[in-house]
Amino acid sequence: MTSAAPRVGGHRGRTAVLAWQVALASSAIAAWQLGVELKVLDPFFFSRPSDIARRMATWLVDGTLVRHLFVTIEESLLGLIVGAVLGVALGFALARAPMAARVLDPFIKMLNAVPRVVLAPLFLLWFGLGIWSKVALAVTLVFFVMFFSTYEGVRGADRVLIDNVRMLGASERQLVRHVLIPTALTWIFASLHTSLGFAMVGAVVGEYLGATHGLGYVISQAEGTFDTTGVFAGMTVLALVVVVVGAGVSRLERWLLRWKS
Amino acid sequence: MLDLDRVAREFATPDGRTYCALRDVTLSIRRGAFVALVGPSGCGKSTLLNIAAGLLAPTAGAVRVEGAPLDGLNRHATYMFQQDALLPWKTVRDNVALGLVLAGASRVEAHARADAWLARVGLTAFALHYPAQLSGGMRKRVAMAQNWILDREIVLMDEPFSALDVHTRQRMEAELLSLWESTANKTVVFVTHDLEEAIALADEVFVLSAGPESHIVSHQDVALPRPRDLMELRTTPEFVDLYRAMWAVLRDEVIESQRGRA
Repeated sequence: MTSAAPRVGGHRGRTAVLAWQVALASSAIAAWQLGVELKVLDPFFFSRPSDIARRMATWLVDGTLVRHLFVTIEESLLGLIVGAVLGVALGFALARAPMAARVLDPFIKMLNAVPRVVLAPLFLLWFGLGIWSKVALAVTLVFFVMFFSTYEGVRGADRVLIDNVRMLGASERQLVRHVLIPTALTWIFASLHTSLGFAMVGAVVGEYLGATHGLGYVISQAEGTFDTTGVFAGMTVLALVVVVVGAGVSRLERWLLRWKS
Repeated sequence: MLDLDRVAREFATPDGRTYCALRDVTLSIRRGAFVALVGPSGCGKSTLLNIAAGLLAPTAGAVRVEGAPLDGLNRHATYMFQQDALLPWKTVRDNVALGLVLAGASRVEAHARADAWLARVGLTAFALHYPAQLSGGMRKRVAMAQNWILDREIVLMDEPFSALDVHTRQRMEAELLSLWESTANKTVVFVTHDLEEAIALADEVFVLSAGPESHIVSHQDVALPRPRDLMELRTTPEFVDLYRAMWAVLRDEVIESQRGRA
């Protein structure tokens, strides 16, 4: 209602921002390429943008890209879903049971402090070289983000909203449905970007340390043969995927939180 | 209808002492009356209303609704809060229909009745908006519809218009009065720190003393004729006389509360 005027300016702003972003990226890539051509940078260590682009094109044509990317995305999504379900469920339960929350508090903090890279070999032993060891690693990252968001969200629910809905006749179950879950959802959506990023980190790190498929596996194979072009190509694909998926999440978030005008 | 008998309420302070907000508050509100509770800020007006709503239990004394002791939430009452209490993720229509949906009404029926109320408060065009897209006055109207749609006997109101600018506020007061005048036998308990607002709206005004240990220091009937024209009322001699008489009492309490603060 009040956003008509700013939106026009906002649109023009977005175009300008995009122009700057393209300019920045192209000059960085151009500088890199030039550095290699002028022999300031050694292509053995730094590869060169044209080679990286060519490698990505090769992967795209021979099906390597789709095959490995599909596995990574599959692991990330499974990790995201399982981690979110577990984190939201426990976050909700503990927010409603303060005694249990106080008992479990130090254990949750201890578990969250474990570096995930250390867990990867264990998960390889437990769940094998296939996708599930990577899913497990992604879950350990996503779970805590979701857990803390839900827990804080439910506990911080607005007292006045709760009182109002109770006065309007809500039972305990209706209170959960109409106030607590929507409150928690706003927090969960807000942490979706972080969670998704973490899910991909979990999957790729897992692949990197031991796998037969996935982008992390591709990068680690390339590193094993000092193929810097392969390493950079893998990293670039990963970065592009994160940007594209992130834009999708932003759209989803805007739609889900549309009431926040 | 609503009786408070020697009600007291104490709170534990962070440093381990007890703070007595209310002491020996006795008042009796008859069915269909519009009653205002006035007092300086921090005098426990909201505490008193929360006790009447059943959101807070008194530490001593008794609350009776329709002669029966109040146990838990007051199911004869709705409560309009000072702060925004609309659910931000529900549309205006869903907010108004909420009480009916909670009571088990079908979605279709709840929406139909909500739409009728939206027409009554002049917000039909905003049925599908979210609260964040409305002005402060519009949000108050939605809150009124949300409360009145349930048609409970008692409406508790805690400084509902205090956050509005003065003109919007006068308009909301007029809308509240016409709403109340058009419904038979609805009891309104209206808390405010503004004596002018209290006299303009109510049949009876209770003045609470400055805290701690707030109690009722004055009770005055407001025999101004209805329906009242709020635009003209405040300058009539009858109004001014009432105001002067009650301000003499309230003034001392305001001074007292300011001293406690400084």
